[in-house]
This record gives sequence, C-alpha cells and structure tokens, in this order.
Amino acid sequence: MEPEGDRLHVVTTENISDARRNFGNILVYGSAAIMFLVAGLQSLDSNNILDIGFVTWRPTLYAALVWMVCLSAGQVIVRGEQGKRTLFILPAALFVGAMVVFPLIFALGIAFSDWNLSSPNGRQFNGFDNVRQMWNDPFYWNSLTNMVWYTLAIFVEYIIAFGIAVLLNAEIRARKFFRVSFLLPLMLSPVAVSWMIGKSMLEVRFGPIARLARELGWDSPSFFGSPEIARASIMMMDAWTFIPFMMIMILAGLQAIPTELREAARVDGAGPWRAFWEVTFPLMLPVSITAVLIRIIFKLKLADIIINVTSGGPGGATDSVTSFIFREYRDRSNVGYGTLLAIFYLVLIVIAMTILMKLADRWMRPRY
Amino acid sequence: MSAQIFHDHETDFGHKARWITSRVAIYGILILWAIICLFPIYWTITTTFKAAPDVMQGNMIPWVDFTPKWLGLRSLGLSPETIFNESTVRDEFMKRLTNSTVTAVGASVIAVMLGSTAAYGLSRFSYRFGPMKNSDISFFFLSQLILPPVVLALPFLVLYKSLALLDTRIGLILLYALTTLPIVIWIMRDQFGSIPTELEEAAFVDGLSIWGAYFTIILPIALPGMVASFILSLVLTWNEYFFAALLTSTNAKTLPVMLASQTGSQGISWWSMAALSFAAILPLIVIGILLERYIIKGMAAGAVK
Repeated sequence: MEPEGDRLHVVTTENISDARRNFGNILVYGSAAIMFLVAGLQSLDSNNILDIGFVTWRPTLYAALVWMVCLSAGQVIVRGEQGKRTLFILPAALFVGAMVVFPLIFALGIAFSDWNLSSPNGRQFNGFDNVRQMWNDPFYWNSLTNMVWYTLAIFVEYIIAFGIAVLLNAEIRARKFFRVSFLLPLMLSPVAVSWMIGKSMLEVRFGPIARLARELGWDSPSFFGSPEIARASIMMMDAWTFIPFMMIMILAGLQAIPTELREAARVDGAGPWRAFWEVTFPLMLPVSITAVLIRIIFKLKLADIIINVTSGGPGGATDSVTSFIFREYRDRSNVGYGTLLAIFYLVLIVIAMTILMKLADRWMRPRY
Repeated sequence: MSAQIFHDHETDFGHKARWITSRVAIYGILILWAIICLFPIYWTITTTFKAAPDVMQGNMIPWVDFTPKWLGLRSLGLSPETIFNESTVRDEFMKRLTNSTVTAVGASVIAVMLGSTAAYGLSRFSYRFGPMKNSDISFFFLSQLILPPVVLALPFLVLYKSLALLDTRIGLILLYALTTLPIVIWIMRDQFGSIPTELEEAAFVDGLSIWGAYFTIILPIALPGMVASFILSLVLTWNEYFFAALLTSTNAKTLPVMLASQTGSQGISWWSMAALSFAAILPLIVIGILLERYIIKGMAAGAVK
C-alpha cells in the first residue's frame, strides 16, 4: 500500500511574486504556442496548402523540445518548492509520453490505413479492411498459437530454474564459479546465440550436438526439419538464454528465507521433501509468481532467435508474432497491415496480463 | 584400555553413505549444467581458430586434436600479421563496434539519469496529476515493459523517416533508453526505498536544497543500484537486434545486425562467423565475470520484498 502524504516532509515558506509567476506562465504558454504554430505551419506545408519549403519535421521536434524545457523550468518558477519536486519525475514522464503515447496514437492511425512503403500511392485510409484481412490470415493465427506454446514452455523453464537455484543455495564449494557460469548465457546476444547454437552446434553434419545425437542412436538428426522438433529447438535455445534470469530471482528469494524456519521444520520432524513442499515452496510463491510474470513479458517479445535461425520455417511452425510482423514488413513493406497486427497483439497482451496479474494478486495473498 | 567402548551405530554409517550420494548427485547436476552453459561459448572460441578440416572432423581440444590457426581473426583483419595492414573488413567491424558501444552507453546513461530521478521522486513524494497518484504513475512507467517492440517499430520507422532520424545513432539511443527505462525505475525505486529519509532531513538542516541533497547525499549512497541498472541496460541494449535491424541501414548499423547479415550467407567460413560472434559476446562475458555481483543484485531487486 502506498502511504498517504510525503515520506519526506519539507516545510518551506513560499513567497513567489506575481511578476515571477506571470513570467513562468508566459514561458510555458508562449513556448506551447510556438510549438503549435510550427506544427501547424508544417502540416499545412506537407499538405501542399502553403509552400514554405520544409524538408523534414525537425523544426516541430525542436519546438517540442523547447516547450518541454520551458515546461520544466516553468514548474520551478511558478510553484517554487513544489515545482522542484515535480521536476524529479517530469523529465521521465515527458520522455515516455513523447516516445510512447504519441507514437501509439500515430500507430492507431496507421493501423486503419492501406500503406505500403514501396508503393507510390502513400497512405490511404481503408477502414476495417485490415481487420478483415487479419481475420482471414491463417499465418497470423498460427503465430498466435505458437506464442501460446512458447509461453507454456515457461513452466518447464521454471522447474529447471528452481531446481538449479535450490542446488546453488545448498552447502557447496565453488559457489561463485557456478553462479558466474550459470549467469553467462543471459549476457549473450540472441543473434550470437542463433549462430553459436542454432547454426553451428545444431548443424546437421558437423555440429557437436548432431554428433552427440548420432552417438546416442538418432540416425539422421535434423533439428529444424519437422514442425514439432523445430519448435522445440527454438524453445530450448530461448530457455538456455533465459533460465539464468529466473534462477537468479528464485535464488534471491531462497536466500531471503530465514534458516530458523527450515530448522523449525526439521525439529518438528519434517523430512527434506516435506520441508520443501510445506515450508520453502509456499514461502517462495510470491517470488516465483513475479519471476514467471516477468519471464512471460520477455517471452512475448521473442523474435531475434527465430528471425535468425529459422525465419519462421518450416511452414510457419516456429513463427512468433513479432517475427511474423517483421517479415511482413521486410518482405512486403506493408506498414499499415503490420501495424494493425501489432496493435491487435498489444490488446491481447494487455488483456491477458491484466487477468494474470489479478490472479497472481489473489494467489500471492498469504493464507494464514 | 585398548578396547573401544563406544561404537558408531549402524544407522550412523547409513547417514554417511547417504550424505556422499547426495553430494555426488548435487555436484554432478551442477557440473552438468555448467557444461551446458559454458560449452557453446567454448565451442565458439575454439572454432575461431579452426580450419575447415578441423571443423568437419569435430576436433574439440586445441593443441591435442588440432593446431590453432589465426584464420578467424585474420578474416576480421585482427590477427598478429594483419593487424598493421589496411583492412576494409576491420574498418567495417570497428565501425559497427563503435556504433554498438556508443548506442549502448548513450542509451544506458540517459535511462539511468531519467530513471533514477523519477524513482527518487516516486519514493519520496506523493504526486497528483489529475486522477493519477503515485501508484498510477509507477504503473505508467513500469507498464512500458509489457509493450512489445513490434508495436512501436513501424510507427517509429515512419516517424523517424519524417524526422530524418532513420539510420542515426541518436534515434537508436532514444529508443533504447525508452526500452530500458522501466527496468531502471524498477531497480532504483527499490534502492531509494531502502535509504532512510532522515539523511535528507539532516541535509536540509544543514541548508541544502532538495536537489542538493539528492546529488550530494543520496546518489552516492544509491550508487550500487545505479551501477546495477546501468549494467543491465548495457547488456540489453548491446544485444538488441530488432529495432536496429529495422531502423538502421548503413551508418548506424550495430554489431548484432552485422552478425545477422553474415549469418544469412551461410558459407563454409565458420571461423569468420565464430570470430564475429566471439567479438560480439566477449565484452559481455568480461562484464559478466567481473561485475556478476551487480547484475545479480539488479535482477534480484523487487524479487524480495
């Protein structure tokens, strides 16, 4: 729960003169007016109503930057001490607003238009045509189903990560060595991993894993031939890079459990198995849920490995939504349709994450 | 008095045997997992020094199975005999390396600056912007994490085109700063929350303003958290491929994009691909080994309340 009122109380006497207040207001509203003026002139220019000769939209960008600086300065000038506090979050809020909110609104406009960057027609509003096209696009629905499979794989990753974290938390030697080497996969670039594992170690003729598979009796190993095996290979590569992430979060949770609790369980006669299920695991539930939720968020962005190893093949069996839209743009320059697919995906994600977070909230509430 | 009076009971020996088996099992699993984690890295490094026959015969151990050659580094113009010569490949590679470094460091600096001030404000004061209170503002920042990159990619492509920011480092830096900002705020909020407010109160008594107290008292204390979030952003932005592939072409292309464009033409020159991959992962391996403490601290923030 957020406490009401400031954690840090500051008592100040404010005497801000009217002149200072007026100056601040003029600064803020004046720079806003300049920004709107420049933006208006530029849009008239780009619609060929006026001919001023702007090449890019940079002037509007600079005017907006000036306005942001003036707004921040105006806070302190007009509101004094209160303004200084607002100044702590204002730059970040303006930055995120400019970089997310504005492009998202812009994206909505693009999503409902027919816009192919390689065609000379430019952007044309086409209503719900893109939605209809999406509805009848089997490859898009296929990539959404794949995302469900990829997300379900997180449970296996979670079990492995939990097991390793428990072992790392045990009384062992060379703990630092193990911790560092278990962490390393997370540091590697997915593109490098695509080559290191996907293209060379899984290479059918000379790859060490293919060799190992032949030794173990798989006559003609092929890791990206059939749809199921290809999907499993992608899952394994992604798991390889991201298991350390969950492992570290769970390890931090395990180390925060007081040893008295486990000792008390032992004194009460619980074996290690029962102690784990009745003491450790319930205590780890909040951390586990946080780790799994964050992992789901990262999983939903999965693309780099797929783009570089299989580019969605065979037959779209490994496609994630992101890699599908990436190819939609790369191969067809279809900005309008691609954006609609992305927006629809965002809506699905927001709904799913809201439900998940509500459920998680219910599970995390202690039951005693 | 030579006869032993006290004997270990048989069940005690049983304990010993069980203890040994459990030790063997624990270390066995740990070593197996360490091999799984480290082998791909080892494979990449050794392949850099292998000639084609060595690759095909599956030789693994240098100086035993095969003699290391400078093939991989020579193909990048970085081997001892080529390092002083002119090399277009090396120039290209160095350009990509600089791009990656500049974008990763620039974006992380911006994200840490903006993110830590915002996190400090959120941890100390209660704001009210219309209907939005502190928890809503925090949620607004953190919710950027679930935004998939595809949603932003195409609008940014169009926007950057009209702003002439396409294929520039600054455009990439801004976008990367945006993607890592929620992580920085997540870590730093945790960090500032653990610093008692009495410190600032003492600073006010000594006549410092709120920003003065923030810069001279609080930031030095919060340095570990800042280092942790800086390194995490560095890792994420150095490895980023998706935006870089869409928004850059010739000038601002980063190392992962260069690597990916080489993967497409899957020739037989494994050593040169291995050398490139090795170059792309080396800085992060070094960071991972040296600064592992901070990375773990950063990722564990927020996990334990």
